[in-house]
Amino acid sequence: MMDELDRKIINVLQSGFPLSKEPYAEVAAQLEITEVELITRLQGLLENKTLSRFGPMYDAQKMGGSFSLVALQVPEEDFDAVADVVNSYSEVAHNYQRDHKFNMWYVIAAEAPGQIAEVNREIEQRTGLKVFNFPKLAEYYVGLQLPV
Amino acid sequence: MSFVMATSQVKQTPQSGHNVHLDDIDRKIIQATQAGLPLVSRPYDDIAMQIGISADEVLKRMCKMQQCGIIRRIAAVPNHYALGYKANGMTVWDVPDDRIDELGKQVGTLEFVSHCYHRPRYLPGWRYNLFAMVHAHTREEALQLVSRIADLLGEGCRGHDVLFSTRILKKTCMRLIS
Repeated sequence: MMDELDRKIINVLQSGFPLSKEPYAEVAAQLEITEVELITRLQGLLENKTLSRFGPMYDAQKMGGSFSLVALQVPEEDFDAVADVVNSYSEVAHNYQRDHKFNMWYVIAAEAPGQIAEVNREIEQRTGLKVFNFPKLAEYYVGLQLPV
Repeated sequence: MSFVMATSQVKQTPQSGHNVHLDDIDRKIIQATQAGLPLVSRPYDDIAMQIGISADEVLKRMCKMQQCGIIRRIAAVPNHYALGYKANGMTVWDVPDDRIDELGKQVGTLEFVSHCYHRPRYLPGWRYNLFAMVHAHTREEALQLVSRIADLLGEGCRGHDVLFSTRILKKTCMRLIS
């Protein structure tokens, strides 16, 4: 399990990491540990999946990608069949069941805006359900910093 | 979040006016770092060696990408399930359209909000235009966070709901550049 030092490392590294020649040494000094210890701990936290990744977080939309969040109201008895249809598209990156009238929410990532509409149209045709497309109109914050 | 895109297709097509031009070397840097930063004393030297340019050039380009927002930040991303954050709620809010930018920014600064967006309404079935993801250990704790958002919005909140995830149906780990 995580100890106090792991927690400190996670909290510090969630907030950012320097762009410099020896960035681990810099962060290690701040934590009052050695560079080797920081790298070893970080490796362990990635291996045991406490951290899902460590590195630059790229904004794929700024790189030209298109994304949208899409919701469906799926009758309970059809849920798994509809999930299979939705998940069959490689453009569907994430799909979550949520406890609401709108009970299926998926994220589409595509190379062109037209592709999102195309996938949604096909999903409508194949499931007979109305698709509610929720593209972002403005972004106020993206980032995950959970105190541990 | 991940995204499949062949190197040649990344991207010059203008979209929403905020695309940034990336050249081949930028793409190679992205390719070399999208899975993570090397866990070695001089990680940027390591990347530089892979690409065949100097470490200074890597640092300069990554700084530039960070300044223009292509790199949101360089950081550790926690696996919130592993850290005990099991109650993940999508909170949705009906706020006046003429105040949404002001209120959205305020909600985005709350430390427990991981994503905060303005999205369209679908009246009459869906009245909510502000979406904020919250992460908590339990639903009770999540609902306390929801009431903190409600307090912050004050009269700006005309209605809200919380949609907890009950099952992950799909979660892929895609590449930005393949």
